[in-house]
Amino acid sequence: MKTLRDLFRDYRFAFSFGVLVIIVVMAILSIFSPYDPTLWNVVPKDLKPSAEHWLGTDSNGQDIFWQATFAVRNSLIISLIAGLVSRVIAILVGMIAGYQGGMVDRVLMFVGDSLLVIPLFLIMVMLAMLVRQYMNLVILGLMLSFFGWAWDARVIRSMILSLRERDFTKTAILSGTGTVKLVLNEYMPFAMPLIFSTLINNIAWAIGLEITLAILGLVNLNVPTLGTMLNWALFYQSILLGRWWWILTPVVLSLFLFIALYWMSVSISEYLDPRTRIQRVGAS
Amino acid sequence: MAFVKRYLIPRLIQYFLVIWLGITVVFLIPRLTPNDPIMRVIGELRGRGSTLEPGAMDGIIRDLTQLYGLEGSWLDQYWAFWGRLFRGDLGVSFFQFPARVNQLIAVAMPWTLGLLLTTTAISWIVGNIIGGLAGYYSRKSWSRILDAIAMVVRPLPYYIFAFALLLLFAYVVRWFPITGGASLGAVPTFTWAYIKDVLWHSFLPALSLCVLGGAVTFQTMKLIVQNVNAENFVQYAKMGGVTEDRIVGKYVIRNAVLPQITGLALSIGQIFSGALITEIVYGYPGLGMLLYRAIVNGDYNLIMGITLFSIIAITTAILIVDLTYPLFDPRVRYK
Repeated sequence: MKTLRDLFRDYRFAFSFGVLVIIVVMAILSIFSPYDPTLWNVVPKDLKPSAEHWLGTDSNGQDIFWQATFAVRNSLIISLIAGLVSRVIAILVGMIAGYQGGMVDRVLMFVGDSLLVIPLFLIMVMLAMLVRQYMNLVILGLMLSFFGWAWDARVIRSMILSLRERDFTKTAILSGTGTVKLVLNEYMPFAMPLIFSTLINNIAWAIGLEITLAILGLVNLNVPTLGTMLNWALFYQSILLGRWWWILTPVVLSLFLFIALYWMSVSISEYLDPRTRIQRVGAS
Repeated sequence: MAFVKRYLIPRLIQYFLVIWLGITVVFLIPRLTPNDPIMRVIGELRGRGSTLEPGAMDGIIRDLTQLYGLEGSWLDQYWAFWGRLFRGDLGVSFFQFPARVNQLIAVAMPWTLGLLLTTTAISWIVGNIIGGLAGYYSRKSWSRILDAIAMVVRPLPYYIFAFALLLLFAYVVRWFPITGGASLGAVPTFTWAYIKDVLWHSFLPALSLCVLGGAVTFQTMKLIVQNVNAENFVQYAKMGGVTEDRIVGKYVIRNAVLPQITGLALSIGQIFSGALITEIVYGYPGLGMLLYRAIVNGDYNLIMGITLFSIIAITTAILIVDLTYPLFDPRVRYK
């Protein structure tokens, strides 16, 4: 509880928490949507925002507010799959590399560093071109997770490297604790906050890539996400035709989402780093 | 000699290994995915309503099979793939037949290269200077304002940011052309008029890249300088009466810029992808636009060519940045 109270003293954390709560509520609202998001022409086309259609309607004959709730939900699903699965890979790679050291460490870190260097976006485009007809939320999430672990594996590895040198490691090994148990019971609690902060960054990264791939038309455009909403709005020239309510909905939602996720991760990692915490919250 | 042995040779080995890994991944992707790229191309050709005689179709399939190097075992294919790469042969573009992928890339590349080099240089240098000053004078109000701006700009993906700028300059203030690389019908010449035209058109894409890249450099530099500030030698210099300008310019920024060089090397891949996306937003005629057209047309061979080319270009750029490191850090030179 004290941790949370300290965190909320940072205006950035409070802001991002608020924004994220609103966005998650929006995603949950999609359950109550009166319209099926995959059907077209369920409402009159191109209406301005009104009491009946809060954010207006689009040229496909869909209600933009309810469409946005599905978009937010699906974007969150993709990025959560990507974030969680890549966390598992990052933790495994980071811990094995950090704990084993030697040749294993060098090979794993080489693969990870290469992933950082290679233009992943282009590799992802190649993959998406080939699996376009099988593309769904889960496959897209897994695809992103497969490439999104490298940086965080490096971060976790360096943490394990420093933990390995601490006295309690030697005590545990000498008293006969197994490697697996040592890593899970002793190291994980230290690594958890760090892993959480990398998870937030990874979620933002996944949402951003989904938008990019969707704009290039490489995902299933009938499933509403922030990216596909933007794609449709661009496809129907909503800027030229002055349908600002349509194009602005996904743009504004993603702007807030990205800023909120970034501020939250910055605020958490500053909190985790005691030097900056003392500057802001004061010693406790 | 020690420098060559301990720094240069391991770095070169790493360079070739990364290229090998990247190209192998590109080789494996079409072979591990459930789709046969040849049947896809044929399917799309048919979908466009081009009616072909059965004989002609067989001919096309044979050509494509050879082009993709899909004959023989995987190992044979792998050798053939590398053989073609060494000859610098990336095959033909399917939808701009018979243009070769090499030629298409060669036409688009100077645009991307010019945009990337200038924006990366500007954003890195300006970001470091401003970030360094803001870190040194971190209690001044202008430093805080810049920090707040960076906090908002930094998390935005290239696409969203470029798009927001586009909306602003297309509808609110119409100062700059919002699409294209030069005026329609302008002939590329080395005249001031043409160069001015190109610069004018590339202003918005360059601004997007500079602001986003600069925000990252600014933030990291500010953080590093704040840490360097706390070090003993800075305190000592202050007590010894060295002027502030001299401390910042000669000691603090010089020390802080070292990790920034590594940071630049690490982020070149991202900057490159970002530039491709920004080009698409502004219709700037570089590799990004070429990629976009390739995606829209389902031109798999062209996408593969762009990817292979980019892997080699990016790893080489990173190598060059890494090799300049000893120029800045005497410790690496003499060890």
